[in-house]
Amino acid sequence: MALSNIFETPAPGFNFDNTARNAALEGLFDGGNTPKPMKTGTTIAGVVFKDGVVLGADTRATSDEVVADKMCAKIHYISPNIYCCGAGTAADTEKTTDLLSSNLTIFSLNSGRNPRVVMAVNILQDMLYRYRGQIGANLILGGVDCTGNHLYTVGPYGDVDKVPYLSMGSGDLAALGILEDGFKPDLELEPAKELVRAAIQAGIMNDLGSGNNIDICVITKQGVDYIRPYRESQYKDNRKMKYKYRPGTTPVLTEKVVPLKLEVVLETVQKMETA
Amino acid sequence: MFEETGPVWLSEEVKTGTTIIAIEFDGGVVLGSDSRVSAGASVVNRVMNKLSPLHDKIYCALSGSAADAQTIAEIVNYQLDVHSIEIGEDPQVRSAATLVRNISYKYKEELSAHLIVAGWDRRDGGQVFATLKGLLTRQPFAVGGSGSSYVYGFVDAEYHKGMRKEECQQFVVNTLSLAMNRDGSSGGVAYIVTIDEHGTEEKVVLGNQLPTFFDQ
Repeated sequence: MALSNIFETPAPGFNFDNTARNAALEGLFDGGNTPKPMKTGTTIAGVVFKDGVVLGADTRATSDEVVADKMCAKIHYISPNIYCCGAGTAADTEKTTDLLSSNLTIFSLNSGRNPRVVMAVNILQDMLYRYRGQIGANLILGGVDCTGNHLYTVGPYGDVDKVPYLSMGSGDLAALGILEDGFKPDLELEPAKELVRAAIQAGIMNDLGSGNNIDICVITKQGVDYIRPYRESQYKDNRKMKYKYRPGTTPVLTEKVVPLKLEVVLETVQKMETA
Repeated sequence: MFEETGPVWLSEEVKTGTTIIAIEFDGGVVLGSDSRVSAGASVVNRVMNKLSPLHDKIYCALSGSAADAQTIAEIVNYQLDVHSIEIGEDPQVRSAATLVRNISYKYKEELSAHLIVAGWDRRDGGQVFATLKGLLTRQPFAVGGSGSSYVYGFVDAEYHKGMRKEECQQFVVNTLSLAMNRDGSSGGVAYIVTIDEHGTEEKVVLGNQLPTFFDQ
């Protein structure tokens, strides 16, 4: 009998296999200056409006003071009706949301229905609590299911909050100011999108770890509108991206042709079975 | 500036730094809590309801680490569900408190959460149990959380036996208001839950409706 709950009970205790590897790595980089994990130093926000949920995120991923990715996708697909914004350690948010998405797909196939947002939240909370904060994922989950429109946040230690609007990441306080000022229950679609855009914009303007473009994801009962990018940064660089030069650009000074002498040593014919 | 890998509060554990209170009256209990969740100096959620249902007529009040407290409440909720199906009737408040105590005691070193369990059952009426650090004790009333230190004097002086339901509700609201005024980690709105034979009533008292005292 197939269970609709695909999670096996995990082995008790923690898996510390990587500590040996990390110790070895520290030996390679003298003085323990191992490269720091890429953090998304981010602004993400979500708002529940009349017909659904709007999620927004910036697109900058930083590694210390260098922008590692200018068009990073921080709004992750979980299921057709649930999307998740992630802040914190980039690898942790990616993998956690991937894992959650796979498990919920299996659940959908087994049960024949779209998962509920609260189920996604419970699975996430379970996993993050078990790892006691070692997984640095701050997630905003938003989605629409048969019970309504929901917005949840899950912290790295496994605490869950259900709220009508929120922001996370290093730019969250800037974004929260905009949200606190502009939020009203039962907003229409356009004002809700504008509110989220303004909140992310505040984060981009006031936080060094956030920047570049703004992605928006609108989830309603009718479907999902993933607008990437919703607003582009005005500081775009005009690089060509494709560097193809026509033949003759580089002058040829000399040319020497050396024919390779090849002999046929062995020739075999293998008939293909097409029956 | 560039050394940081994000704001300090993002990596700090989220605590509920709280004021919670539960009090028994003849025929039921009243539970109350504030609504502030803090991570370091930042308020992560200003409207969190820390009164979590364990069963229809049994609630618990959360304090300490938010993740630990929420998880304990969820686990006990599940265990109580199974237990009540097994015995075929509503569980006793003492059973709920014992389940919470078992987890708090066994994982004493790893967890840092304190839950106050209160509810009504047919056998003993309204009951309040404190489960701090793995003990189990029934008390006429219990306060907990960081804000409770500021109101021990108030509750000790003002409590008397034989308070009616409305008096208890007022007592709870007053206590919460005083604690929220003095404790930096408590604030927001006050959630009140009243449980008696007839049912469970949840109420929210907004910030501007809380009773004011001499300095406000």
